Amino acid sequence: MSKRIEDFKVIENKRIITDFYVLEIEGVKRLPVIKPGQFVQVRVDGSPDTFLRRPISIHDVDYERNTLKLLIQVVGKGTETLAKSKKGETLNIIYPLGNSFGEPLINDRVILIGGGCGIAPLLYLGRHLNSLGFSPDILLGFRNKDRILEYEEYSAIGNVYITTEDGSVGEKGYVTNHSVLSDIKYTRVCCCGPEAMMKAVAGYSKRNNILCEVSLENLMACGVGACLCCIVDTVNGNLCSCTDGPVFNIKDLKW
Amino acid sequence: MVNLGINIGDLHFKNPVMTASGTFGYGPEFDDFIDVSRLGAIFIKGLTLEPREGNKYPRMAETPAGMLNAVGLQNKGIEYFESNIYPRIKDYNTHIVVNINGSYLDDYVTLAARLEKLEKIPAIELNISCPNVKMGGMAFGTNLVSAREVTKAVRAVYKKKLIVKLSPNVTNIVDFAEVVEEEGADSVSLINTLLGMSVDVAKMRPSLSTITGGLSGPAIKPVALRMVWQVAKAVKIPVIGMGGIMNTSDALEFILAGASAVQVGTASFIDPQASIRILEGIEKYMHHKGYNDIKEIIGYINK
Repeated sequence: MSKRIEDFKVIENKRIITDFYVLEIEGVKRLPVIKPGQFVQVRVDGSPDTFLRRPISIHDVDYERNTLKLLIQVVGKGTETLAKSKKGETLNIIYPLGNSFGEPLINDRVILIGGGCGIAPLLYLGRHLNSLGFSPDILLGFRNKDRILEYEEYSAIGNVYITTEDGSVGEKGYVTNHSVLSDIKYTRVCCCGPEAMMKAVAGYSKRNNILCEVSLENLMACGVGACLCCIVDTVNGNLCSCTDGPVFNIKDLKW
Repeated sequence: MVNLGINIGDLHFKNPVMTASGTFGYGPEFDDFIDVSRLGAIFIKGLTLEPREGNKYPRMAETPAGMLNAVGLQNKGIEYFESNIYPRIKDYNTHIVVNINGSYLDDYVTLAARLEKLEKIPAIELNISCPNVKMGGMAFGTNLVSAREVTKAVRAVYKKKLIVKLSPNVTNIVDFAEVVEEEGADSVSLINTLLGMSVDVAKMRPSLSTITGGLSGPAIKPVALRMVWQVAKAVKIPVIGMGGIMNTSDALEFILAGASAVQVGTASFIDPQASIRILEGIEKYMHHKGYNDIKEIIGYINK
């Protein structure tokens, strides 16, 4: 699939909680087929202190509206500038980049596990799975009830289970503590979130012999496999998370 | 019709816009964005004799108007290059220049001798300036004796065009340019990255796994330009200028200061079409200024 560099128009910028925004951007040309787990490299204009593009997961795709949604957490100057994007402004993106989550087998029982901003690719993944006839369970971990993101959106794609660190909503603890995981009923895990969370989920999957894919968030410069900055230490040597990933089967990682 | 052609010895390049090694992969990474064959040349990712895994993650840190990298020459080695990569890129309608690296002098010699046999590789870029490897690399390019020795040894086995890539991490880069010219280099390219570092204050540790790394991007452009200007005045061989070139105007600064050609590097990470935009921009500038031949403006400010 060929990569494109294009200007998109900001259709909406919605602040969902204090430091999280959902940007909906519209393509001028018809969108290509986008696979769940792929990402865009956004150029950050009007931010003198930042220089490189920002890799951002594709949160959702609407082929009818010809739009993409990006979930942005303000963590630094680049994302701060992106979060200030106004309706009608232009965002230059390179897309669609990276591989994707694998297609489940017909009898697979799938759970999507995410935490914080890492939930971003799981929405489009969930919708994609729905379109294939799967109804995945979704397990999301947040710090507390004020940090919960897009509960309704995720509820539309499957049963949502929540953990919060303080127990203010759902079960108290981390995702791997949730009771939904105590019965080993899943055959496939798709995970994205903080590295510690992904490692814990990978450990759970490994112990129970469940296929597990994780989407990594490495620092990136080019996004197209040229600079070799975003490498992941795998059983096959150093691979680029931008072209060989961002989605990796945990059996290939040295976790 | 504007003539953008330049020569390194008897090797003709159709235009002076090239890509910097390590920023353009092997070329195909950019096929979706540009017609790679339109470029004057592509300088491909640094090659070593044996496969290398490079340095540990993290290898990159963004800095004001630039970035640090500590990739450390990750590549699959000459054998893989000859059998898997070369066949995929040899039919680009432009010159492919291989950037070569070694830990020991013999590594450079062996690599050069093997590359000599590849028909579609008309030149090599001798990288004696990589700041991110423990052995070799910059060690060769920051000592006049070893810079001379490695150039001389490679020259003895390599008959095609030999370009030596110089390190800016020296007291006087002109001395190095003069030494490699004396030993028969056909051209010098400069600058490689400037040694730098960054500390992650939140995590209270160095941003790079190697602590130090190579700084590139617009932050280094004035330094690079000054060095290119100094070297271009001192040597007779063509100088290929690079360091923070982001747009046409940046490229023209280098050409007016004495560079016969330019390499676009880090800019390709932000705009994968940067090199072609610069090529088109240079042509437009020539029209606008009423020049018919790029050679009329090379080193213009020194005339």
